[in-house]
Amino acid sequence: MREPALIQMLADGRRLHLHDGPIDLIVHADGDTAFVDRAYRAAAVRFVTILHELCGELPVLRARVGHEKPHGAVARSMFAAVTPYCPDRFITPMAAVAGAVAEAVLAAMTQAAELERAYVNNGGDIAIHLAPGRSYTVGMVERPEAVSLFGSVEIPAESAVRGIATSGWRGRSFSLGIADAVTILAKTAAEADAAATMVANEVDLAGHPAIRRVPACEIAPDSDLGDLPVTRAVGLLSPHDIARALDDGSRYAESLCAGRRIHSAALCLQGDVRTVTITDRPGRSPLPPSNTLPQFPSRSLWHA
Amino acid sequence: MAEVFPSDTIRCDACPVLCYIKRGHTGACDRYANLEGQLVRVDPHVLLDRAKSQGTPLVPFLEREGAWDGQLGKDRETFVTAIGAGTTYPDYKPAPFIVSSEVDGVDLVTVVTEGIFSYCGVKLKIDTDRHLGPERNLVRAQGEPVGHVSTAEYGSQMLSLGGVHHLTGGTKSEGRVTCETLLDLCNGKEVALVIDNGASITVAANQPPTVNGQREERMRVGCGSAAIGMFAKQWSGKVDDVVVVDDHITGVLSEHQAGKMLGVRETGIAIRGRRSTPGRYFQVAQPGTGWGGTSITDPLSILKPFKPNIAWPHLRLLMVSTTGEHYAYYELDDSLRPVEKGLPAALQESVARIRENCEPALTTVLFMAGAGGSLRAGVTENPVKLTHSVKQSLTRVTCGGAPAYVWPGGGITLMVDVARMPENAFGYVPTPALVAPIEFTLKKSDYASLGGHMNFVRPLEEVLREKDRQRQFTSLPDNPWPLKPTPGRGGA
Repeated sequence: MREPALIQMLADGRRLHLHDGPIDLIVHADGDTAFVDRAYRAAAVRFVTILHELCGELPVLRARVGHEKPHGAVARSMFAAVTPYCPDRFITPMAAVAGAVAEAVLAAMTQAAELERAYVNNGGDIAIHLAPGRSYTVGMVERPEAVSLFGSVEIPAESAVRGIATSGWRGRSFSLGIADAVTILAKTAAEADAAATMVANEVDLAGHPAIRRVPACEIAPDSDLGDLPVTRAVGLLSPHDIARALDDGSRYAESLCAGRRIHSAALCLQGDVRTVTITDRPGRSPLPPSNTLPQFPSRSLWHA
Repeated sequence: MAEVFPSDTIRCDACPVLCYIKRGHTGACDRYANLEGQLVRVDPHVLLDRAKSQGTPLVPFLEREGAWDGQLGKDRETFVTAIGAGTTYPDYKPAPFIVSSEVDGVDLVTVVTEGIFSYCGVKLKIDTDRHLGPERNLVRAQGEPVGHVSTAEYGSQMLSLGGVHHLTGGTKSEGRVTCETLLDLCNGKEVALVIDNGASITVAANQPPTVNGQREERMRVGCGSAAIGMFAKQWSGKVDDVVVVDDHITGVLSEHQAGKMLGVRETGIAIRGRRSTPGRYFQVAQPGTGWGGTSITDPLSILKPFKPNIAWPHLRLLMVSTTGEHYAYYELDDSLRPVEKGLPAALQESVARIRENCEPALTTVLFMAGAGGSLRAGVTENPVKLTHSVKQSLTRVTCGGAPAYVWPGGGITLMVDVARMPENAFGYVPTPALVAPIEFTLKKSDYASLGGHMNFVRPLEEVLREKDRQRQFTSLPDNPWPLKPTPGRGGA
């Protein structure tokens, strides 16, 4: 039985909750009350058709990136975000679906009204809007099921970052790697989403006995990952193994930074955290240095 | 699409993604699942309806919707439990539910979350005197070590299962089997366990245990000596001597203080075993699953020949176990050898009385776990303040609405009787660790002062409005109502 999309304000009266099938968005905007209201209406109008648009093209979106291109606006931004990875890595447009959806809803809002700040949080993959002079502070957790912040990031308007995404085997989507969480800051949410998936895949220990993997299709028959082995459990790893896996992931993240595909990455594995950021640009990195525990941020924005 | 999927796969039609979902798995949304071939919504969270008395019927949510006035009335008291509340993914609020309600004019906040406990286990109290295995020996499930035999209690054998070392410190298989064993026991399912150099048992919460294929019906009435004291008067005059066989202390009527007081005559009986005080013997046999928790199958094996200068032909002897389950009646022949006879009617009553005084034997399962740093961080920005608040009894801790005993000392280490929780309250994550519901209830003002996530507090009525995610249960009549804290340590 088809469940209708859900559109409602959360209890705080400030945030909008949009839910349809597997899409679950928390939306917030700051600005003139009339503008916020207009933006929320625009968000809802845009939102109600998104799932249908995507489902119409699911076979292409679930296939390894090739010659056939999808047509819908959201699907095209998914496709564009993953294309840079396809020559040397397995990736499907689904790797960017959450970020692309967040971005599309945010775009509808900013087109409808002038806003001071806004975010669309799609289960941890977040698109943000910042007017000049404004900023967001983002708290980061390493394990989605246990909320404790390992760090926070301030994103000022002058930064190029407008997308944040997190991926890891503990999350809702499958991962080929063993990272508890990889958080990426990038220009767009779709790009951050694709990159988080790819970096999380690279944090890995091939053949390690403490890692249990299962072909994706054994769990979800229609998974875009087919029979690729996805991580289902990771036992306790030695400090040496943790360092080795994080080294591999960091090296890959550094290459993405060097290629300007992402701005920064934070990689978490069993309590250890590494951060990587674009280095050849003047100005302070928006990510805290490795293994420091910064102050708890204001809770303007949480994500997993 | 012409793809063929195995028959245990169903297609979800809750949204246009139309996921194929295999048996035992969820779709892309994590909200719908294939449960035994049926599409079910899997994220209900349990609401406890306060039962005025036993037998209060379950109130379907829809029927009351029209009359709902947003207040907690005397007859519509609802407590949101953590079962199915979900953990904090995708994370946009610190704990899945922080619910405010008003009880007797006091604004209360309940922080509801499903805790992921890697430090957790169960304590099993198995009401039996049968020897299950030497203390400290390993307890195994599916061949994997999952716990050990702990110190015995009065009338009961104790097992300690789980804990962080079996869950994550051993092999992958040990961790998986331990997690599965704990999960099954906590959810009321039957589990088969084997003790090294001991018994094979089958146990389930609040069910009689089965030891080596034999179902245990009753606890012993007391030790053998206690049984002599309790029944001496009923035996006096109807039989010349009574031996109550027990693994701990075997009692003999004619030598026991209770028999002496009643003027029971010496019989010349002689017991193999170590005499403690008159009429009380230790170690009459090896522990086992025979008479009174010993290895005895023939009770005469614990008797030495009667002393010929004291005993007499036709002397009447009753031998009985501490549960009344085993008994035999003998009379001495002319050469003073015991010959088994039918139990005289006059003694049948006393044996029945022993049985009657034995309580039903059960296995009880206490879930024990520590609420660690990250779980507490979902409740407050300063986790130790939550711990202090629990210790000072300002915060009440419940698990699925059942009272939890909080062990004194550091941290929040709690114990809860799984039989008092709604069914299927537990889950697991493949870490492996158990997922258990946990609720913290405290005054709203106290919550603010301990650094609570006040921005995330939602009124009860709003949580109740999300009715498609809810199951309602009538609270168990024995449980105190979670929103009415009684003073006392740990809120139990």
